[in-house]
Amino acid sequence: MSTIFGVPAPALYGQILIGLINGSFYAMLSLGLAVIFGLLRVINFAHGAQYMLGAFAAYLLLTYTGIGYWPALVLAPLIVGAIAVLIERFMLSRLYGIDPLYGLLLTFGLALILEGAFRHWFGAAGQPYAAPPQLTGALNLGFMFMPIYRGWVVVASLVVCIGTWLLIEKTRLGAYLRSATENATLVQAFGVNVPLLLTLTYGLGAALAALAGVLAAPIYQVSPLMGTNLIIIVFAVVVVGGMGSILGAIVTGYMLGVLEGLTKVFYPEASSIVIFVVMAIVLLVRPAGLFGREE
Amino acid sequence: MAVGTQYLAEQPRLRTSSMVLGLIAIAALLAAPFFFYPVMLMSVLCFALFACAFNLLIGYVGLLSFGHAAFFGGAAYFTAHAAKVWGLEPLTSILIGVAGAAVMGLIIGFVAIRRQGIYFAMITLALSQMFAFICLQVPFTHGEDGIQGVPRGNLLGLIDLNQPLAMYYVTLAIFLFGFFAIWRIVNSPFGNILKAIRENERRAVSLGYRVDRYKLGAFVMSAALAGLAGGTKAIVFQFATLTDVQWQMSGEVILMTLLGGIGTMIGPIVGAGLVIALQNYLAASDFPVTVLIGIIFVICVLLFRRGIVGEIIELMRRKSKDAS
Amino acid sequence: MSSAPLLEVRGLNAWYGESHVLHGVDLDIREGETVTLLGRNGAGKTTTLRAIMGILRRREGVIRLRGKDILGLPLHRVAQAGIGYVPEERGIFASLNVSENLMLPPTVSDGGMSVDEIYTLFPNLYERRSSQGTKLSGGEQQMLAIARVLRTGARFILLDEPTEGLAPVIVQRIGDVLVALKKRGMTILLVEQNFRFAKKVADRFYLMEDGRMVNSFPGHELDARMDELHEVLGV
Repeated sequence: MSTIFGVPAPALYGQILIGLINGSFYAMLSLGLAVIFGLLRVINFAHGAQYMLGAFAAYLLLTYTGIGYWPALVLAPLIVGAIAVLIERFMLSRLYGIDPLYGLLLTFGLALILEGAFRHWFGAAGQPYAAPPQLTGALNLGFMFMPIYRGWVVVASLVVCIGTWLLIEKTRLGAYLRSATENATLVQAFGVNVPLLLTLTYGLGAALAALAGVLAAPIYQVSPLMGTNLIIIVFAVVVVGGMGSILGAIVTGYMLGVLEGLTKVFYPEASSIVIFVVMAIVLLVRPAGLFGREE
Repeated sequence: MAVGTQYLAEQPRLRTSSMVLGLIAIAALLAAPFFFYPVMLMSVLCFALFACAFNLLIGYVGLLSFGHAAFFGGAAYFTAHAAKVWGLEPLTSILIGVAGAAVMGLIIGFVAIRRQGIYFAMITLALSQMFAFICLQVPFTHGEDGIQGVPRGNLLGLIDLNQPLAMYYVTLAIFLFGFFAIWRIVNSPFGNILKAIRENERRAVSLGYRVDRYKLGAFVMSAALAGLAGGTKAIVFQFATLTDVQWQMSGEVILMTLLGGIGTMIGPIVGAGLVIALQNYLAASDFPVTVLIGIIFVICVLLFRRGIVGEIIELMRRKSKDAS
Repeated sequence: MSSAPLLEVRGLNAWYGESHVLHGVDLDIREGETVTLLGRNGAGKTTTLRAIMGILRRREGVIRLRGKDILGLPLHRVAQAGIGYVPEERGIFASLNVSENLMLPPTVSDGGMSVDEIYTLFPNLYERRSSQGTKLSGGEQQMLAIARVLRTGARFILLDEPTEGLAPVIVQRIGDVLVALKKRGMTILLVEQNFRFAKKVADRFYLMEDGRMVNSFPGHELDARMDELHEVLGV
C-alpha cells in the first residue's frame, strides 16, 4: 500500500474528503454570518440553532408527512427563513442603533431556547436521516472510494457559496446590500426600503443555515446540539477570515476544514483545537483577519 | 462650583446609607445558614463572586467576555488537583487555582484584546472552547468523570471544613474579600482609567494611556477573581467537572450579570441568587432549564437592558431629579 | 405666485439627540425655482436639508411637498415622493463601481434622464463606468452624485455644497449642469458658501443663523446686500 509521509494514502484522502465536507459547512455558515453581520451589525448566535432547525425540519417532514429529501431541500430553508423574518421584525429590529453586543446576547438567548426545547422533545441523542436513494452508494475515483452523498455535499455547497457570492456581487439586490452595508441611511434616502432589506437579509442568512442543515442531516445525525458546537468553530473561522469579505469567508471555511482533516491524520489529538490555534496565531500576526480590513 | 458642592453634600449621605445597607446585608449573610441550606447559599456565593468578577470586565471596561467559564472551571480543576492529588491545604489549593486562572487570563487576554466589541466576545468564546476541548483530552482532568471526591481538608490546619457552618463562613469570607477587592479596583485611579477607556477609548489613547495594558490588566484581575470563585466552588462541592468550563457556563454568568444589572456593584449578586434559585426550583419540575435561561435572556435584552438593580437605580435617580 | 409652493416648511424644529438645532424654520420653494441657503458653518443649512429629507428623525413642525405632509413618512417614502438628495459628503459607495453607483437609486417617477443622456452630459463617468466609485476624483464623484439622482425622475433636488473643495474649472462645469437642470424645469434647494457660484443659478436666497431663518431676498439683490451678508457670514 502506498504511503504519504508515513500515512497510508487512502486514509489521507479520506480525511481530506472529510475535511472538505466539514469545510463546506464552515463556508456556508460563515458566509451567512458575514452577510448578516455586514448589514445588520448583528453576530447571529442563533445561526447554529437555525442550522439545527433546518436538519430537524427535514427530519420532521419525512417522519410526519413523508416529504422526502429533495422537497425538504427547498421547504426547510423556507420554513426557517420565515421564522427568522419574524425574529428580525419583532426582536432584532428593536436593537438597531444600540451596542451590537445586545444582538449577540438576544440571538444567544434564542439559540438556548431552540436547543433546549428540541433537547426536551427529542433527547440529546441523534436521529438518523437517510440519504436519498439517488445519492447512495460510492464512486470509485481510482485512488479512493467516495460515498456519492459526500461528493454531492461538496458540490452543492460550492454551488450555494458561488451562487450567494454572485447574488451579492452581480445583482441589483446585491448592490443594495453592499451599499447599505456602507451607509444604510443614505441608501434609504434614495428610496430603498432598507428596513425590508434588513428583514430579508436576516431571513436569507437563516435560510442558508437551514439549507446547510438539510445537507448535513444524512452525514451527521440530526441532533439538538449539532448547531451550537459547530457555530463556535464557525466564529473562529470568521475571525480568521475577517468579516469584511464574502469570498474570504468562503475560502477560509474550506481551507480550515481541510487543515482540520489533515491534522486528524498527522496529529489526531490536536484536531479538535487546530482551528482555534490558527485563530490565535492569525490574531497575533494579523489582527484584522486574513481577508479583513482594519476598522 | 455648584456641581462640586452638591457632590460634597451628597457624598457622605450616600456613603452612610450604603454602609448601613452593607452592614445589614453582612448581618443577614452571617445569619443566613440558620434559615437556608448552607449548600445552596454557598453555591450562590460562589456564582455571585464569579458574576462580580465577570462584571468587572463588562461593566467597567465594556468588554464582553464570552469565555469566562475557562477561568472559573479551569481554577476548579487546578484547585481540585492540588487538594486531592497533591494533598495541599484548602486555602493554598484555592490560591493555586487563582494563580492558574490568572495565567490563563494573561494568555487568553493577550490574544483577545487585539480586537474589540463583538470580535472580542467571539474570540474569548472560541479560546475558552479550545480550553474545554483540552480539558476533555488531558489526563489530569479525568475527562467525562471529572475530579471527584476532593477533600475539603483543614483550613490552615486549624479549621475542619467538613463542618458545614465552618465551610459556609469561610466561603462567605472569601466572597466578601473578592467583592471588596473588586470595589477597591473599581474605585481606584486604575478603575477610573478603565471607565475612561470604556467611555471613549480613542480619547484615552490620545491622553497617552497604554490602553491595551490597562485592558489586559483588568482582564487578568477579572480572570483571577473568577478563578477564586471557581477554586472555592471545587472545595465546597468537592469536585471539578467539564460542566464548569463549557460555553453554557460562560452564558450563565453573562445572564446573571445582565439580569442583575451590568455595571452595578450588587446587580451580579442579585442575578446570581435569582438564577441559582430558579435552577433549583426547576430541577424538581419537568421544564427544561436551558429554555428558561434563553427566555430570560431575550426578555432582559428586549425589555430591561439595565437589569433589575440598574432599573431600580435609574428609578431612584429620576425620582430624586423630579424632587429637586 | 398664486399656486401653492412645491415645498412648504413651517415652524420646523429639529434636534440632534438632546441639542435643539433648528428653531422654527420657515421655507417656501415654488415649482421650477432654485433657492439657495446661505449661512456660516453650523448655521443649520445642512441640518435643514437633512430634516426635510427625514434623515434627521427628531423633528416638529410642518413639511409639505405638493400639499402633502411628508414629516411622518419613513425616509424611503420621502425619496419616493420625488425628492433627490445629493449629500455634502457625496455618498459615493466604495463597494460599487461607477455604473452600479449610478444605477443604485430606484426610479421614483417617469421622466428621469436615461443612462445615455447622463453619459452624454458627463462623458468622464462613461469612460470610468467600471472603476470603483471612490477611485474617482472629487469633481467626478460630485458629478456622479448629481447624475445619480437625475436618473430617478425626481423633479426636486436637495444639493448640499456641490462645489466644496473643487477646482474652479470643475465648479464651472457643475454650474453649467445646474443651469441645464433649471432649463428642464427642475426645482433645486441648494446649500452653498460660494456666492459667485450661487448667484449664477439662484432665484432666491435664504439666510440662516443659529438654526433660524433670518432673512430672504430675490437673487438679483445679492450684490446690493453684500455688506450685510459679509457681516452675517463673517467673510
